[in-house]
Order: sequence, then structure tokens, then C-alpha cells
Amino acid sequence: MSLTLLHKLTLSELQRKFTAGDVTATEIVRAYFLRVTQVEPKVNAYLTQCKEAALVQAERLDQALKGWRKTTPMMAMPLAVKDNICTEGVRTTCASRMLDTFVPPYDATVVAKLRAQNYLLLGKTNLDEFAMGSSTENSAFGASRNPWNIQTVPGGSSGGSAVAVAADECVAALGSDTGGSIRQPAAFCGVVGLKPTYGRVSRYGLVAFASSLDQIGPITKDVTDAAILLGAIAGHDPRDSTSANVPVPDYLKALKRKDLKRLKVGVPAEYFADGLDPEVDQAVRTAIEGLRELGADIREIKLPTTDAAVATYYVIATAEASSNLARYDGVKFGLRAAESKDLLDMYLKTRAEGFGPEVKRRIMLGTYVLSAGYYDAYYGKAQAVRTLIRQEFEAAFQTVDLIVTPVTPTTAFKFGEKAQDPLQMYLSDIYTISANLAGLPAIALPCGFSKAGLPIGFQLIGRPFEEETLLRGAHAYEQATNWRAKRPAIR
Amino acid sequence: MAYEVVIGVEVHAQLRTQSKLFCACGTTFGLTANSQTCPVCLGLPGTLPVINEKAVEMAVRAGLAMNGTIRVRNRFARKNYFYPDLPKGYQISQYEAPICEHGWIEISVGANQKRVRIRRAHLEEDAGKNVHEAGSGMSLVDLNRAGTPLLEIVTEPDLSSSEEVVAYLKALRDLLMYLDVCDGNMEEGSFRCEPNLSLRPVGQKTFGTKVELKNINSFKFVKDAVDYEIKRQTKVLNEGGKIYQETRLWNHERGETAVMRSKEEAHDYRYFQDPDLVPMEISSEWIEQLREGLPELASTKQQRFITEYGVPEYDAGILTSSKALAIYFEACVKLYPQPKTVSNWVMGELLRELNNSGTEADASPVTPERLVELLTLVDQGVISLKVAREMFPDVYASGKAPARIVQERGLTQVSDEGALVTIIEEVLKKNPAQVAQYKEGKQQVLGFLVGQVMKASGGKANPGKVNDLLKKTLG
Repeated sequence: MSLTLLHKLTLSELQRKFTAGDVTATEIVRAYFLRVTQVEPKVNAYLTQCKEAALVQAERLDQALKGWRKTTPMMAMPLAVKDNICTEGVRTTCASRMLDTFVPPYDATVVAKLRAQNYLLLGKTNLDEFAMGSSTENSAFGASRNPWNIQTVPGGSSGGSAVAVAADECVAALGSDTGGSIRQPAAFCGVVGLKPTYGRVSRYGLVAFASSLDQIGPITKDVTDAAILLGAIAGHDPRDSTSANVPVPDYLKALKRKDLKRLKVGVPAEYFADGLDPEVDQAVRTAIEGLRELGADIREIKLPTTDAAVATYYVIATAEASSNLARYDGVKFGLRAAESKDLLDMYLKTRAEGFGPEVKRRIMLGTYVLSAGYYDAYYGKAQAVRTLIRQEFEAAFQTVDLIVTPVTPTTAFKFGEKAQDPLQMYLSDIYTISANLAGLPAIALPCGFSKAGLPIGFQLIGRPFEEETLLRGAHAYEQATNWRAKRPAIR
Repeated sequence: MAYEVVIGVEVHAQLRTQSKLFCACGTTFGLTANSQTCPVCLGLPGTLPVINEKAVEMAVRAGLAMNGTIRVRNRFARKNYFYPDLPKGYQISQYEAPICEHGWIEISVGANQKRVRIRRAHLEEDAGKNVHEAGSGMSLVDLNRAGTPLLEIVTEPDLSSSEEVVAYLKALRDLLMYLDVCDGNMEEGSFRCEPNLSLRPVGQKTFGTKVELKNINSFKFVKDAVDYEIKRQTKVLNEGGKIYQETRLWNHERGETAVMRSKEEAHDYRYFQDPDLVPMEISSEWIEQLREGLPELASTKQQRFITEYGVPEYDAGILTSSKALAIYFEACVKLYPQPKTVSNWVMGELLRELNNSGTEADASPVTPERLVELLTLVDQGVISLKVAREMFPDVYASGKAPARIVQERGLTQVSDEGALVTIIEEVLKKNPAQVAQYKEGKQQVLGFLVGQVMKASGGKANPGKVNDLLKKTLG
């Protein structure tokens, strides 16, 4: 097949071609870097490209495979990895000046799992610094651009990964999701993004933003690919105490059923309130009708504490971040400011130079809410509300199997539109944050386009460790529609 | 005015695990700087802690031995502060939910017994060490110790003198060493103590202002520092001054304490539950299993030595002061069932050599078998008690069998009558005055003459025989 078309394939299609021997690993790498060379100047998805290493690895694979084609599922699959996930020997910057030169001596567990299957790392993708943001505008190395309209943001924080997948610069990517960082950019870029149940995927090697909320997940071209990639990275990890010892099912099996008969799907009124763009509202409601036509039993549900989710999230996430980011002190790794007169001066200069404004804002917020005298009013209260939110979901899942909501209040916004107003930026995660607070799995997938031609997504939220139900619902809808047929022109 | 001293003590005991509290790195003291580190204990981005079960087990055993209540559902908290020896910018510790609470330890000072209440004991990781290179203007960081497991043990303010503080610390250290959960090495920092003390007028109910003492690495310094601080505070109060809540460092060279930091500079540690570690459940079955497996502790053993072996309380106290010494004593008594004789040797000759060489009883070159061999040689009349005592340091230093040393040096006791009579006759010839006194009825002169014979024989004469023969010769 022509190398110039290889990049259009989905992960499952490329797997079939590679396993059948129709394409070599080397051809895959060459084809993708050809594509990267063409579109990268317009979209800026990658912070680091690993062309040489990928070629060496691909040639090695091709040599080893001569006359023998038994492969692992992810063998020779060209992936991009968000640059807050550690890769041994490949710099991992978190899009921060603080870690500009940091090369981890270890792989994150998800990367080690993929490496064991001989995947191909094409590069490390852009993000909002330390995954703090919703547009990649907080990257210290420049924002990524939305392939559907390069005047608009790709979303964030996993913006680079979503762009790389949408612009066919990789076959699939890993992102991380703390408050919507996989799902929101997936929706903005018209691809599929899955945030697994908290504890489904190991966090070892994911540079922590907010430990109780962070979760690594796949960003892919379709739902089948999300099932494949999730299967490759999920599972208990003895190095992560918070990873759950729950067996990993064969997620592809969940995709066999094409209808949604006897599946009860809840619609929370709170997610369709003021602030929701009418075009998004309309597209999501049409998607809900689509689910009904597939046999789903659609029911109204109530999640009354939804309006407190954003506030709760910004207390808990910043509190954890203020502590997680204390290690960047210039002592052991990363940036150390030059010419310090004493220890305090070194700390102050290093952190002043190393962190961008949003990271500093969140460290200050988090430090404040944990301070003596304020802890109970803020952090303590936020934990209580978090429990309430979790209980509301538990109650809702007594009566429904899935919950359907919008992913974002609007389609992708223009650069600078919200950058000067942190609160507006924070509100763009309003529909995704609750799943993180409750530790639930959630998937974002395309359900239409705005008049301006920007993608719109919708979200399905499931019970803990029931990613199969999530994938089944998403896959049935995807098969019944054909949103993926339309591709971005990248102009 | 008369003041009453109120003292509480915080101890950081390093648990004797093979690996650190949250990673697989070793815990050996004194290795090349930073050779005992990994991405986890260096706090590299993305790494996560995983609790060391062995450390939990040791903490539970220590808690049970301190008569404490073990918490079933444990949580870890982050204590946030910046310091170069703290790789993550926070220390993982336990805050609201310590693993052990409400314990107590019995101490005795002179004739007085006292029960010291333990408020809490909790698990936490140690920090590394900053090394300040003289003259270079540089500070270096060694993170070998970062992440080693500590048990922090905090008393209620139940102590009221430096003697009690020392007695408590000795009792606690013995207990931890008995359990094999801490090596008790104060110089290497395996057992660090920080007394805090305040004064109040006798009869007053409320506490005075508390001062915390640090940098104390021997029992002598504990006593000196507490005594100094009592004097200092008494003087300040008597002169109408005010005690400030502060941390003071003991300077043993100057013999005084000096301010390290005041309360105004105290950190806000912003404790919160560590989201990287799930709550840790300790099952009651496991607690009971560990309770049943606890060894006999020093105080119980001391009582048993008194009743079972009939040794004096003083002896029993010394013999049970270390687990190794107690095991040594019992091994000897098993082979040589004369407890008081064994006790005298163990507390005297053996302990002197052990202390001189800084050796624990379980590493003694003179094994229980060798000591018993020596005692048996005395009983059999092969050597005198005096020779046995004199040759003990050689037995200890050479590690040779006592019988062999006796043989090599010709130390065998002279019991042959012919040889002894010759010596006796010479001694009597040299001491006519004493012979005359004896004959006049001064029986006590006999002892002097026996001594002279022993001396003339180079200590090899059998004293019993000499006694008999002298009496016979003097008629």
C-alpha cells in the first residue's frame, strides 16, 4: 500500500496490515514521519520527536521478524506519549522550563508495558505545563493548534496527544486526565478519549499533578482503538499502591454487541443548564436520541451537587499539586537558577524561573487551602463535598448503567480567549471534573460539528471498573453514525 | 520559689528493616554518599511509594511491647516543608492516625517504680543528610538515609527528673533492642531522643512554657542537657524572666543549650493525607499473631531470673540489660548449674572485656562453653580461682580454649604435697615473728601465711591444700 496513506489507518487496521506482513515497521515509521514533517509546523503537537530511535527500533523488529510473523498486539504500532509520562532515556519535560532537560532513568509502567510489546515511540506530546490547563496555552514551549482550525485551541491539557491523533501524526496516543485533560481535547479535536476508572491504570511514572485524580488513558481515532490501547496499559501494578487488583477483561469482546437493548442510560438535567452552547446542546441531545434508537432506555436522573464540582476540584487538585510540585527545588534534578546567594534564594529563583504563571497560581491556591486555620474551611470541606458527589453517582448507578452528558460547554475556543480569565478557563472542565472526583470511567467521542466546522463530542460515564459498558455504548453509537468520515483539512 | 519539672520525650528509633520504608533500597549505615538510592527515594518525578510490610510488622511489635493499642485502619500523611535533604519536599509520616496509641513503659529510679505513658508511636520516613564542606562554600546532600523507616515514640509529660528521663530512654532502648526492631546505636542516630521540658511552681496545675532539646546522642548528654536546662529555666524564672517556646540545641563541648529556632519560626507543615498511599488495614488476626510471637521482655526476664535462678535483683537487672547477655547467662547456667557463680563471672570478667572492646555478648570470643570450661578447671583444682581470673583477658583476647592456655603456660595448680611442703618451710623460715604469733594463739595470722605461700608459688598452689598443710606443719 502507498506509504502516503498509511497514516490514515486506525490502530486496529494498522495491526491487521502489520500482522499480515503487508507493511514493515520501518515503512510505518517512515510514513508517519513523512506526515509529521508535513503537518507539524502547522499544529505543533510534539515537544520531542524520536525519529532516529524509532527507525533503529523498527529495523531491529523487521530483522527479527523475517519469516516469522507472530506478533504482540502493539508491536510496531506508532504511538505518541504525553510529555508528563516518563520514558527512559527520552526527555520528559511536562512542558515546563523546570524539566526542560530532565531525562528519566525509568519508564512509566504504561510505557514499560508497551515497550515489552515492542511498540514504536514516535515522540512526546505537548501539554499545559504539568497538565494544568485546558488549551495547551500554558505550555512553556508554545501552544499546539487544533487541526480543524489552527486559530483555535486543541483543548488541554493532553492537547498535543489529541492533535497528534486528529492530524494523523500517530496512530494513537496516551494522555492523562485529572479533570478532563483527555476528554476535553479529544472532543475539541474530534477524536475518542477515554479516562479509565481511578486505579485501572498504573500511575507509576506519570508526573503527578493531583495524585487522587490523575489517570492515564488512550486518545484514539475510534472506540475500537481505545479498547485495544486500554487493554495494553491496564492492570494492577505493585509499584502503585492506588492501582486496583482487578482482572483486566478483553475489552474488544465488549464491542461485539451492536445494539444497546436493556441498557439504561441516565441524563442528568444539571449537565444541560445555563452556559451550555446551544449547538453543543443540540448535538448531544441528538446523540441521546441516537442511543435511544439503538435500544437504550433513556431516563432522567439527578446529580444535584454538580454545581459544586468545579470549586471542589480546584481545592483538592491544587492542594495535592502544591505538595507534589515541592520537589522541584533545584537541588537534585531539573532547573537550578544560577547565581543564588543562599539556599532560600536558590529556592525562590529556581521556582520563579522554572514555573509558569498558571502553575504558580495553583501552587499558591493549594498552599493556602492546606494552611493552618484554613484547612477545615477549604480542604476539609472539599473532601466532604467530594464524598457527596461520589455518593450521588453511586445512587444514580443503582438505576442506570451509563450516564450521558456533554464533554464541554462550547466547541474549541480561540487562542487568548480565556487565557486572561482563569475562572472561565476552569469552567471549560465543568462536565468532566465530576468523573475524576468520583473516580469513574468516562469516554468522550464525536457526535457532530458546529456550523463553524468544529467537532462536538459527548460523554458517557460508567460504574467503577465497568469500562466494558462504556466501550459497548460508545462503539454502538459510533457504528451507527459516521462522524469519523470527515477529516480535518489542516490549513 | 520551688519549681516542679515536667518532661516529655520524643524518640526517633530507626527500624532494623533490610530495605527502606517505601522502596527497595538498603538501609546500611556509612556507605558512599548517594549509593543507596533509587528513583523512588530520590523523589524523581512520577515515582510512587509502596509501604514496606516488614516495617509495619516491627512497628506493631514495638507498639504491643509498649502495651499500646494498635490502629487497625492506618493512614499516611504528608508533612510539607522545604529542605535539601528532603527529596520530595514533604516527609511521609502519620499524623491523625498513628499506628500505636495509649501505651506505657515501667521504669525504676532507685527504689521508685513509675509508669511512663506513651501517647503515640507512628511510622515515618527519615530524611537524608546535608554535608557542609568546610572552606568550599558548598553544601552536599547525601540521600542514603532518605526513606529509612523510623518509629517516632512520644510520651505524655510524665517524667520529672533527668534520672527518670535516662531511665525511660534506657528502658525503651532495651525494649526495642530486645524486639530486634532497632539496633539502639545512638552515635549513628538509630536512637535519637528529644526531651521537652517546662517548669511550674509546685502546686500549679497548668503547664509552663515548653522547650524542646535536640542534638543529644548519648545518655550522659541526655542527663547533662536536661540538668542544664532545668537550672537555666529556674534561673530565668527566679530572676523574673520569661521562658520562650523554642527548640534548643545541646552543645556538649560548652555544656549548654542554645536556641535553634523559636516558635515564631515554626513551620506550618500543611499535613494532609498522602493520596499516593491507600489506607493500610492491619488485621486483628495479624496483631494477635504478632502479640503471641513477642519475646520475653527485660522486666519479665529479670523477675524470672530472680525466682528461677535465685540471683539477686541487682544481678538480674544487669544480666537482662541486653538480650544477648541474658541468652549468654542462661546458656552458661544450663551447662553449669551454679547461677550465682556464673553471674559473678558474667557481670565481672566477661562484661569488662565486652565493654572494653565494644562487643555484644552474642559475639563474645569466650563462648558460654569456654567460660564453663574455665569454671570447671577451677572446680577440679587444676587452676586456682585467682589464676582463672588473671588468665581471663587472655582467653578473651586469644579465643583459645582455657585448658590449652593453662597447658601452654604451665599454670597448672600445685597440689603435690612434697612440693608444697618445701615452699611452706621456706615461708615459715622467713616469717618467724608470725609463726610465733600463731603459736601464741593468733589464728588470723594463718591467712597471711597462706597468702605468702600462694605468692611464693606464683599463684599456682592449691589454697585449700596449703591451708591444711600449714596447720599441720605449725602443729
